[in-house]
Amino acid sequence: MDSVERPNWAPDDIDLGRPSIARVYDYWLGGAHNFAVDRAVGDKVLADVPVLKSVILNHRAFLRRAVRFMLSQGIRQFLDLGSGIPTVGNVHEIAQSTDPDARVVYVDVDPVAVAHSRAILTGNELVNVLQTDVRDAKQVLESTEVQSLLDFDRPIGVLMVALLHFVPDSDDPHGIVADYRDAIPSGSFLAISHAGYEEGEWDPAWDDAKTTYNRGVSEMTYRRKQEVQALFDGFELVEPGVARLPLWRPESPDDLDENSAHFLSFGAVGRKP
Amino acid sequence: MTEQVDHRVAAPGRSNLDPAVLAGAESFARTWATAVIGSSYVPMTRAEVAEHLQALTEVLVHALHASPFRTAPGYEIGARLVEAHFTGTDTLGRTVQLLGDDLLGELGIQPDELMRSRLAALQGALAAGYARALRERTLAEQEAIRAAVLDARDQAEAALRASEARFRAMFTEAAIGIGIADIEGRILDVNQALQDMLGFSVEEMRQYNIRDLMHPEDGGSVWRLYDQLTAGECDHYRAEKRFRRADGEQVWTHLTLSLVRDDHGDPQYQVAMIEDVTDRHLLQNRLRYQALHDPLTGLPNRALFLERLGRVFNNRARHRAGLCYLDLDGFKVINDSLGHDIGDQLLVEVGRRLDHSVSGEGKLVARMGGDEFVILVEGSQDTQDIVNVADRVLRELESPIRIGGHELTVSASIGIVERALSGTTAADLMRDADITLYWAKADGKSRWALYNPERNAKEVARFTLSATMPAALERDEFYVDYQPLVRLEDSTVVGVEALVRWQHPEFGRLAPDRFIELAEETGLIVPLGRWVLRKACEQARRWLEEFGDAAPFVSVNLAVRQSRDPELVRDVKRILDECALPPHHLQLELTESAIMGTADEPLEALRALSEMGVRIAIDDFGTGYSNLAYLKHLPVHELKIAGSFMEGLRAADEEDAVDVQIVSTLVQLAHALQLGVTAEGVETPAQAKRLHRIGCDTGQGWFFAKPMKPESIDELLRR
Ligand SMILES: C[S@@+](CC[C@H](N)C(=O)[O-])C[C@H]1O[C@@H](n2cnc3c(N)ncnc32)[C@H](O)[C@@H]1O
Repeated sequence: MDSVERPNWAPDDIDLGRPSIARVYDYWLGGAHNFAVDRAVGDKVLADVPVLKSVILNHRAFLRRAVRFMLSQGIRQFLDLGSGIPTVGNVHEIAQSTDPDARVVYVDVDPVAVAHSRAILTGNELVNVLQTDVRDAKQVLESTEVQSLLDFDRPIGVLMVALLHFVPDSDDPHGIVADYRDAIPSGSFLAISHAGYEEGEWDPAWDDAKTTYNRGVSEMTYRRKQEVQALFDGFELVEPGVARLPLWRPESPDDLDENSAHFLSFGAVGRKP
Repeated sequence: MTEQVDHRVAAPGRSNLDPAVLAGAESFARTWATAVIGSSYVPMTRAEVAEHLQALTEVLVHALHASPFRTAPGYEIGARLVEAHFTGTDTLGRTVQLLGDDLLGELGIQPDELMRSRLAALQGALAAGYARALRERTLAEQEAIRAAVLDARDQAEAALRASEARFRAMFTEAAIGIGIADIEGRILDVNQALQDMLGFSVEEMRQYNIRDLMHPEDGGSVWRLYDQLTAGECDHYRAEKRFRRADGEQVWTHLTLSLVRDDHGDPQYQVAMIEDVTDRHLLQNRLRYQALHDPLTGLPNRALFLERLGRVFNNRARHRAGLCYLDLDGFKVINDSLGHDIGDQLLVEVGRRLDHSVSGEGKLVARMGGDEFVILVEGSQDTQDIVNVADRVLRELESPIRIGGHELTVSASIGIVERALSGTTAADLMRDADITLYWAKADGKSRWALYNPERNAKEVARFTLSATMPAALERDEFYVDYQPLVRLEDSTVVGVEALVRWQHPEFGRLAPDRFIELAEETGLIVPLGRWVLRKACEQARRWLEEFGDAAPFVSVNLAVRQSRDPELVRDVKRILDECALPPHHLQLELTESAIMGTADEPLEALRALSEMGVRIAIDDFGTGYSNLAYLKHLPVHELKIAGSFMEGLRAADEEDAVDVQIVSTLVQLAHALQLGVTAEGVETPAQAKRLHRIGCDTGQGWFFAKPMKPESIDELLRR
């Protein structure tokens, strides 16, 4: 994502000397779809900010909860933007365990993540994988992968899990979300999880980790709850609105602890009226 | 996905366990879950995790009590943990420790030697099973991600290859010529279109440097911009450029040259896109030719001529230039009588002859329209150059032209202008040539006339005068002076001649010779003459009142046109009446030509005037061809002998016998007819004396007095 200018026909060089968002994320989730460089950065960051481990797991858990919630609302087709490297508990697994006919389109800009997704999904007629920058909503929405699988006359679940903090303000995340919103039919849902915190919560002890990740992997933009809420323009937020990630419809009181109220990420699901 | 997990491990013989043991297993599983949750992502709820671990715990319970005792279930549990993605780094350690510390206690099992050793064996097997499964999973995932990398690379390369192939195809298949050269101008590659366009193969083209493609007709900017581009000062430019093909033909093109820079921004290649516009160019040329040539004669037309003339003035490569503006004499008659078709053929032939007689560089023959042609000579040496051209043209037109059985003789009039370019303009040249053509016509046709600034100035002044005259009459710019007519006998002023003057706001005081002729031409002479007559009569009336019998009569000139004005008699009568002037106080002067050889009507008018009592004088007598015999039938009272006869009488010591003889003969003749005689132009005492001796009655001239204001006449009379 650091060479936005490259034309579509020339994918990024596959530079294994550089960590990738998707592989570092996989490492933190306990996967082995990663390389030494990824693990080195992952370990370094984690050493400075031990709470990060639970933050990461929570994003993935939010994905599960959000998809299950959407399934409960009758959603049977999903557009997973910034889908990452498939590991355990992928969207199509969750969805198809409820309804074997559920459809999913995975979209990611990372060519390795996409190649891996394709490799394990060959033969699954109800899942498509698309390699594109999600910031170009038009290109995503008009792609054959999306058009051939998703029915825009029926509600769609759009997932932007642990994605938008990689989109700086200068790229107008608000406008990007709006582009997708305008394309999906009424009754559709949007789930966003997003790194962020409120005024005064940042611990200067995390500065190094932040710098390490920004420099080594990718620049991140942490947003306030207010800003995350603004991304849902044109949606009606479902209970409990924009919440600290663990507090969004927790599955068990045991999943909460004294850190939950200051958790370093927000999550929410909205419904397009 | 490959990581399909069946996390609901069947607990064989679960139902066999006693409820207390089951409760213990459940409690242990909860502790276990707390210990391992949060070190890796497991796609289960906390409750599901606990349930999963309880099932594994039950397997352990069975294994502890089994007989024969086997470690395999421990190995199995290790593998199942990994399978459920309990892959966090401390998962195994915590699990093994928890088993050792809590399991037996929670299950209510006596920690005897046997159970301890069985537990230890199961812990070991679990660790081994976990490690092995994790290693396998890790290896599988590592392999998967490496494969994904290779796939992605293949994809990227394929995309790159596809895009390269696309570009290659674009380059080779493009209908527009494309060429690539390095920054020194060495040609590296050219596409098929460019090879076809220029007729060279790639191999041949590669021998060339861009500079070899220079064409003599290239605009200077083409190569100046090229230098700027290769220097990296500009990134692209467009130009019109001609190329020479391998077969020697020319190709007209639109060229776009672009600079390609390397990653550091330094000039690296240049790419030329060349579009063949030869057809368009030729079409344009043809259209342009059509727009600039006369379809009938094929000669350049007015537009092209004016363009060329403009260029002569813009370039100033030459110092002088000349024009012949030519117009056929009487062409309209030919056209009207023989038809346009013949007229057109005549024009074609004239055009051909002109073109034939005026050939050579710097000369252009154009048809301006109708029967007007123009010849432009650039870089003439002097006026004679152009005169020679005009002579040649006139000669060339002398021989009759044969068209459809007619033998036509044509002539032409030519206006010539030739001059230095500095200080004049194309428009000046055209205007002067046009004027001069008019002169040639006015001077009698079938000739050339040369532009002459004095003549032009005069004509301009004439034109100005005649144009401003009516307004001048209204604004009272005219006034009348009087010149005494003196009786030679006793030097008495017997009459005065009224002489009109024009106090012109621009040209100052103008004598009648400057404007009377013009007034005759324009017809303004009639109102002007009437005005003078009234002025003179009013003045005569004033003198009559002041001087009574001694008052002079006024002699007023009557122009030819006035003498033929049917209103003349009535006008004169009304003016005399209104001024209450006895008719014999008025004398009208007419020229010989006005009186002689006129039709009857004017003569009638003169008779009527004469009968009324108005005196009639013949002005300038002796200069025309008067029929002397006829004179006696005319209502005339006075002859005014022209001043030109006074020449021979002028000198004090000697006289010209012939002139004396003429004058005395005229006087005798007049007296024989009982006419008075006035001598004009008397300037010396000798003349006055001689005229008196000859018997002349009256004298007029500077010797006596110049024309003067009426007040000065008053003074003369009072003396
Ligand atoms: C942190 S991962 C999250 C993956 C997955 N959504 C999850 O929650 O498990 C973020 C993913 O977003 C992808 N990503 C980041 N920016 C992107 C963009 N502009 N277009 C498409 N994918 C992007 C990264 O390649 C990465 O795989």
